[in-house]
Amino acid sequence: MTEAILLTLKLATLTTLILLLIGTPLAWWLARNRSWWKEIINALVALPLVLPPTVLGFYLLLVMSPQSTFGVFLKQTFGVTLPFTFEGLVVGSVIYSLPFVVQPIRNAFEALGSAPMEVAATLRASPLDRFLSVALPLARPGFLSGAVLGFAHTVGEFGVVLMIGGNLPGETKVLSIAIYDHVESLEWTQAHILSGGMLAGSFLLILAMMLIEKRWGRLNG
Amino acid sequence: MSTLAACFKGQVGDFRLDIEFSIPAQGVTALFGPSGCGKTTLLRCIAGLTRLPDGSLSLNGDIWQHGRTFVPTHKRPIGYVFQEPGLFAHLNVINNLTYGMRRAGIAGRDTQDLEELTRLMGINHLLERRVQALSGGEKQRVAIARALLMKPRILLMDEPLSALDQDNKNEIMPYLEQLHAQLEIPVLYVTHDRREVERLADRILLLRNGALLAQGEIGEIMTRPDLPFASAQDAVTVLDGKVLHFDARYGLSTLQIDGGSLEVPDTLGPTGVYKRLRIAATDVSLALNLDHSSSILNRLPAVIWKILPTGGPSLNVLLRVGNMGEGNALLASVTRKSVETMDLRTGQQVYAQIKGASLLGSQTTSKPRTQHMTPTTGHG
Repeated sequence: MTEAILLTLKLATLTTLILLLIGTPLAWWLARNRSWWKEIINALVALPLVLPPTVLGFYLLLVMSPQSTFGVFLKQTFGVTLPFTFEGLVVGSVIYSLPFVVQPIRNAFEALGSAPMEVAATLRASPLDRFLSVALPLARPGFLSGAVLGFAHTVGEFGVVLMIGGNLPGETKVLSIAIYDHVESLEWTQAHILSGGMLAGSFLLILAMMLIEKRWGRLNG
Repeated sequence: MSTLAACFKGQVGDFRLDIEFSIPAQGVTALFGPSGCGKTTLLRCIAGLTRLPDGSLSLNGDIWQHGRTFVPTHKRPIGYVFQEPGLFAHLNVINNLTYGMRRAGIAGRDTQDLEELTRLMGINHLLERRVQALSGGEKQRVAIARALLMKPRILLMDEPLSALDQDNKNEIMPYLEQLHAQLEIPVLYVTHDRREVERLADRILLLRNGALLAQGEIGEIMTRPDLPFASAQDAVTVLDGKVLHFDARYGLSTLQIDGGSLEVPDTLGPTGVYKRLRIAATDVSLALNLDHSSSILNRLPAVIWKILPTGGPSLNVLLRVGNMGEGNALLASVTRKSVETMDLRTGQQVYAQIKGASLLGSQTTSKPRTQHMTPTTGHG
């Protein structure tokens, strides 16, 4: 049981960190770019919001499989096999949770407008400098929302995990799978403990986020 | 003399800019015109915030834009004050102030400059405050100080007062006038408010529909018969007077203007200092003879140069001060009836009667700004 909890936390933390790293420039680009084909990228990023996780998992499995071109490339170049491994889960989670991190950050960047960046430019800040010293701190609430949503969605994912990760203890058996397992085996006590823990944990996480946002809102308002 | 030379021709959105000018880079130059005439666009082009492909721009010979050369905004030695103060919400006042300083390579928070400027702008007690706790006027003063602390070579101000309510405007105006008197660097000041121009500007670039309509010294532009200022119902004359002496017995200062002298209540400063006078056309009346029976202190001989319709029941009579009309231009508002009964005509010699109380100098200028100021003996 502890194994599943730790694995889930490890997966969600790693996924969130990766998403913040790749989501930030992506969100900035989506917020600033004016070209028409930006919407295509935007739609691709948003796809996991509407796609059934099993469909996403199915395609990911196909792409990652050792028989596919991509799978062969991964195996030969990095010596990695993704299906039914922890690494595969991370890749799947990153794709699955991408919109939940990118959207709030993008909204925060858009809400900034161009004014603070222009002000910073007249105060001698180079483009990178003004991104780091002005855009990032001012978009902080968006980063908080994105991180919390990304983390929570990764913790809660089931379909994608089942499709590409299966149910290997210590490797791919995360909480949601463990709960499913317990219910299947009529182990109600364990299912109750895990589900109750998830419920309380999720509630506390959202509550904490809202309290922090409120505090920042008072500071910045 | 140092010069700001600019040439911007081209489309910005659905708006066409076609402006070329070269002005001495000193004092305050107002970019004046109605909303949508291109003032802000021009200022943004000068700052490099908007890029017109075929523009060219140089300050004192340093090229900021020409052909393929385009110095990005953050590498131009400018200070920019926006309409909205634009203080960074995540930084407190002192960190807002030092944001630009540090990047301009000027030492940090305990410098004498910072100390002096924050005192001058009346914000030295606010340094540790969060910017959300400031009033609109305080925010704009911090923004102005923040721009000046970088020691820019030119200060660009885009309607810095227009986002403020009247109280905040009145609060900030004296600070701007102080700056005007003390600043060494040239200022470009965008505004559509004529009162701000009268109080602050030394020189005007008059814009209309993206083009330059006229440019010149403030005193000249306000009284030029071919421009709308002189024929406005609330027209004013703006002129610079040199303090000649102070009469302690009556509490009156004597100011020398081009073609005469004026007596103004109050001490206006030491002898030799130049003061700006603002005389409303409605505070000037005309007499055919020198009339000592009235309480009006200042009577100047003048010659009628032009009579301008205002669209109202009054006409604006444009005068030249002096027996031969050799001095400053002066506007007088006279009813059409008076013009007919007095039979006022161009070229006629009259006496301009100026109500002393209307001559309160609004500010000090440390240097003479009108080049054609010639010493003459007083007539009034």
